[in-house]
Amino acid sequence: MSSYSLIIRTATAIMVPLLLLFSISLLIRGHDEPGGGFIAGLVASSAFSMYLFAFDADSTKKFLKVNSRILMGVGLLLAMIAGFIALAFGQEFLTAQWLYIALGNLGTLKLSTPLLFDIGVYLVVLGTVTTIIIALAKSEDA
Amino acid sequence: MMQAVLLPIALPMLAGALCMVFWFQPRLQTYLSILSAVLVMLSAVWLFALHAELGILVLQLGGWQAPFGISLVADTLAMSMVLIASIIYLGTLIFSLASQSKTSLRYGYLPLLNLMVAGVMGSFLTGDIFNLYVWFEIMLIASFGLLILGGEKAQLRGAIKYVAMNLLSSALFLTAIGLLYGMVGTLNMADVAVKLQAIEDQRLIIIVSMLFMVAFGIKAAAFPLFFWLPASYHTPAVAVSAVFAGLLTKVGVYVLFRFYTLIFTQDLDFTHHSILLWAGILTMVIGVLGAAAQMSIRRILSVHIISQIGYMLVALAIFSPLAIAGGIFYIIHNIVVKTNLFFISGIIYYQRGSYELKKLGGLYKDSPWLAIFFLLSALSLAGLPPLSGFFAKFIVISAIVAERDWWTLFFAVAVSLLTLFSMLKIWSYAFWGKKPEISEDSPMPRLTGQAYWMWVPVTFLAVTSLGMGLAAEFFFQYAQQAAYELLHPHHYIQAVLGE
Repeated sequence: MSSYSLIIRTATAIMVPLLLLFSISLLIRGHDEPGGGFIAGLVASSAFSMYLFAFDADSTKKFLKVNSRILMGVGLLLAMIAGFIALAFGQEFLTAQWLYIALGNLGTLKLSTPLLFDIGVYLVVLGTVTTIIIALAKSEDA
Repeated sequence: MMQAVLLPIALPMLAGALCMVFWFQPRLQTYLSILSAVLVMLSAVWLFALHAELGILVLQLGGWQAPFGISLVADTLAMSMVLIASIIYLGTLIFSLASQSKTSLRYGYLPLLNLMVAGVMGSFLTGDIFNLYVWFEIMLIASFGLLILGGEKAQLRGAIKYVAMNLLSSALFLTAIGLLYGMVGTLNMADVAVKLQAIEDQRLIIIVSMLFMVAFGIKAAAFPLFFWLPASYHTPAVAVSAVFAGLLTKVGVYVLFRFYTLIFTQDLDFTHHSILLWAGILTMVIGVLGAAAQMSIRRILSVHIISQIGYMLVALAIFSPLAIAGGIFYIIHNIVVKTNLFFISGIIYYQRGSYELKKLGGLYKDSPWLAIFFLLSALSLAGLPPLSGFFAKFIVISAIVAERDWWTLFFAVAVSLLTLFSMLKIWSYAFWGKKPEISEDSPMPRLTGQAYWMWVPVTFLAVTSLGMGLAAEFFFQYAQQAAYELLHPHHYIQAVLGE
């Protein structure tokens, strides 16, 4: 176990959920406002880095639930699928496709392949950064 | 149908992504990668068929028209490179079945290899300069990973030089992109070629073109920017060495061919006939002399890559239709032969446990087939008829003679002789020499799979080299077609911009 202070651990308990929520909001607003998959992924990985500082590499791995390398793969796969969807509609690779879902009083939900692409980027960034920090933390422990 | 241009990039990338998803199933990763390599090869053949029908193939990604979006362009040169790269990709994967250690598979050998190939294919096919930069980065990051897999001291030492030089090259490349964009406001290669004609101050163009030349010269390992290569190429696993030797430096050469025929042809006397020509000559001379001093098979072969790059640069520098066609023929031939020689050095390593010439010997008796394959590849590299290297050199040298450039001719022929010397050195030590006593305490490298997997790509590539020699006319036609397209860039520009 790590020897870090109670203060960091308590702060982590509050900050990690906030950071993760913030990252998702950044991800979603990224389509036409500042934000997007890359920066959101970095924010999310900062949440996990914070957890790593408060605890240790193994518990961060458990906290992440999924192996971070697999996260990278899934993200890359999603981003590629987002490109391929256009082919199904007879358009060029990566052409944006939109799906409008009416939600009554709430307005319309606009789903698109750029969003899927951004989610892919989010996962790739999250996976890459967590892979790196966990590996670094482990080599320091060893 | 134009979507076919996407396949050579998308398939290895998809395979790379799936390999990461199935991180803990190396066997499944292997199958996926091999499937992807086979499909890339088929898609390259399909590209040739489409090209014969439609001319230069252009795909505008995302439906954004050039010059606003990113174009992927497949002309004859790009397609040939894609085809040969896919063969090397498949060959490397098959070779890895026998030689790649379980640890390297666990640490991501296959995801990295697939992504590197995606980067290589992207560099061949892209028609946008910034996109090219991105593909370079993908290729480099994956190759850094491949280079240090295994984590031995020599590997890390080599990797540091490799990384440092390549980062420098990337920085220069980016600077040059910025300057070029400031000048013409576009990065679509075809559009840049058009807009540069309107620039009044030609000196600015020359400066930018020199920055690009240095950046790509580092990637191609041209004189005097080559020293990262002998420091790093002999250190990783042999399959990795082979795929690096086959593909990476040639991407640099390919991009030089692309840029210095399409974009920077304003002042041929300066950029081509003086700088590139002398860089090429010095690259071949230094490379071959460096190789002559080495006493380990892999080092000889690594340093030799540099010398071969010199021939390609000289071909580009001469800039006649014959020379460009010869240069393209040379690139293709060299990828086949060089990769094969590295594979053969791998088989030798697994038979004798060393790459050092002094510790080898007697291979001719023990393994006559290996001797034959080695001789086919080595003599082809040195340029003896009727192998592919003879025709490659013959075409380039005829082009030099046609220009009456006697100094270049002298160096080209002399370097060729020295190449033969290096190859015969390996032959006489490793194959004819006396079999050394193998001491029991030096551990033999262990194969991780059936040995015959190593022989499959070796046989195929040796036969390809022989075939390229025997049917040189057929291959030369394609090389001439590619050269014609390069030297008449309005076809390319028209295909991309559609004017």
